[in-house]
Amino acid sequence: MFLLSLAWRSLGNRRLISVLTAASIALSVALLVGIEHVRMGVRESFAGTIRGTDLIVGARGGTTQVLLSTVFGMSMPNGSVSWGTYERWAAHPAVKWTIPYALGDAHRGHRVIGTTAAFFERYRFRDQSVTFSSGRAPANDREIAIGWDVAARLSYAVDSQVTLAHGLAAVSFAQHEAHPFTVSGVIARTFTPIDRALYSTLEGLTVMHDDEAASGGLMMGPPPEARALGEKPPITAFLVGTKNRFETLQLQREMNEDQREPLTAIIPGVALQQLWQIIGSAEVGLRLVALFTVLVGLIGMVVALYASLESRRREMAILRAVGAGPRLIVSLLVLESGLLALVGAVGGVGLVYAGITVARSAVEARFGLALTLHPLGATEWAYLAVVVSAGTLVGVLPAWRAYRSSLADGLSPKL
Amino acid sequence: MSSTTDGAGAPPRPAAELRDVRFAYQGGCDVLDLPALTIGRGERCFLHGPSGSGKTTLLGLLAGVLVPRTGTVQVLGTTLSALSSGARDRFRAEHLGYVFQMFNLIPYLSVRENITLPCRLSPARRARLRGVDANIEAAQLAARLEIAELLDQPVTALSVGQQQRVGVARALIGAPELVVCDEPTSALDSDRRDRFLELLFARCDEAGSALVFVSHDLSLATRFQRTVALPELNTAAGREMVG
Ligand SMILES: Nc1ncnc2c1ncn2[C@@H]1O[C@H](COP(=O)(O)OP(=O)(O)OP(=O)(O)O)[C@@H](O)[C@H]1O
Ligand SMILES: [Mg+2]
Repeated sequence: MFLLSLAWRSLGNRRLISVLTAASIALSVALLVGIEHVRMGVRESFAGTIRGTDLIVGARGGTTQVLLSTVFGMSMPNGSVSWGTYERWAAHPAVKWTIPYALGDAHRGHRVIGTTAAFFERYRFRDQSVTFSSGRAPANDREIAIGWDVAARLSYAVDSQVTLAHGLAAVSFAQHEAHPFTVSGVIARTFTPIDRALYSTLEGLTVMHDDEAASGGLMMGPPPEARALGEKPPITAFLVGTKNRFETLQLQREMNEDQREPLTAIIPGVALQQLWQIIGSAEVGLRLVALFTVLVGLIGMVVALYASLESRRREMAILRAVGAGPRLIVSLLVLESGLLALVGAVGGVGLVYAGITVARSAVEARFGLALTLHPLGATEWAYLAVVVSAGTLVGVLPAWRAYRSSLADGLSPKL
Repeated sequence: MSSTTDGAGAPPRPAAELRDVRFAYQGGCDVLDLPALTIGRGERCFLHGPSGSGKTTLLGLLAGVLVPRTGTVQVLGTTLSALSSGARDRFRAEHLGYVFQMFNLIPYLSVRENITLPCRLSPARRARLRGVDANIEAAQLAARLEIAELLDQPVTALSVGQQQRVGVARALIGAPELVVCDEPTSALDSDRRDRFLELLFARCDEAGSALVFVSHDLSLATRFQRTVALPELNTAAGREMVG
């Protein structure tokens, strides 16, 4: 206890350098823990791109392809699913709800998706549903809802007239001049690919092509020959909510083995995880950066300890002259560095928690990153343990040096 | 420690005894070469010599902070170089008071804490108080050294002369057998210096402590039982002669 109070008061005596040293450790620990929180946040946000949907079903093809072409609005779908097949599965006893999803054309680089009211009712991202910042869902084949980014980039608002074109190229020659849409609503920002798409009704998408066919335009949508007269055109995919989570796997198997039309049914959570493993390697980089920061913080601590040692040779000499043994001197310095590391570590964690509490809503509004205050995970505890024990160990070296040199140069006042 | 108590009938062992002591700082040539030097129990010894003649070095050897290259340093009959470094520290804590030339105090401790530090560090030194609380002992010492009103001050608030007296109080607490002082009076006015010496002598007499006192002020020499001019003793060839 005497030793502890000695160490504490010695640190207090060199308040500025102690505070600076602890602060540098706190900052590196804050970065470490902060990055861990952001990493979790990014991962959760990514995993939350789609929630509540049990299966995504598309034409037979790769799992990632189905996920990318639906949830992320990237790359082209494997093929199409006939309306009849969709209706057949929608009526399956295990199915609670479905959202049809027809990938149409593009509008100035943004995808146009034909869907139904079910999309606005059932689709969930990060446990939120799709809401409108202004207006409402498209109610007829002349109306279209637009994502937040689309509205912002193209300066559209409710009642704007939108003319659609084929292809994803920003400049398109084949404009659906004959079928202009009216913006019925702007979807509130989701920070998901929804923000970058336009949503019409299924009929809207069909009428657009029928108009075009009538006007003799280029046809790149679902081919008309694929459907019987009177039947609705095929769709790209459909999302399924099951009545009972336990039936999901069974349903997935049935769909994948559909004899009448080859389908691929994926579980979004699993597919997202697979995708994350591909793109998540950036995490490793983040972690490395964080570890280097901690390393730099520790080196800073050694430097600070060494620097303060110079000014403490007299102190060490006095302690020795009044009978402090090697163990006491080494323990004193080690305790000091350990205390600095501990204060730094606690301060760093505090900094992160305070920072998240303060910046949380701003970060979510600006980046769509839902940072949550979760208790320290095993990784973080391990980091902290490493920091504190490394900080303590780091004190051994200067301590030993101090002990040795206090022997020789303690007695006469040294410059 | 049995070696520190004199057996009945046996002649009392000297407080310190140096034989054929040679000492060199690391990588240097010999600074000290002392064929023989003995300091008796309770003896008051005045040590002088020009700057750089090795006075502080000699005190370091007596305190066991420095270890001779050859020869033996015995304090109270114990050969210091035979002890491990930790044991030397403990020995010093128990039997020795050391007053530095300057900068005597731990800056972040109060006057009281500085004075009682040896008793805090060493249970053996504490035991020498014979049950008296270290703080009470410190208060008595401080009263006699006229620093009683400063006991709760931080030492950084003291004048140099006051700091020297705190350093002396710390050396004297627990009545060690050997007290070494390295120019403790250099920061005191002559009036204070005289009173300081009286107190130092009185305490050493009470406790039977031997005193090795280094000073450039030769006028003080008459007040000691014995005067040692280090250059006369020291036969080291390699040392620089200054002054
Ligand atoms: N730490 C050291 N390392 C190397 N040489 C030293 C060291 N301390 C002292 N010396 C040398 O040892 C010699 C004796 O030094 P010492 O400090 O004992 O002298 P001193 O008699 O106490 O002088 P002063 O009266 O100025 O205090 C000097 O020549 C000095 O150069
Ligand atoms: Mg000296």
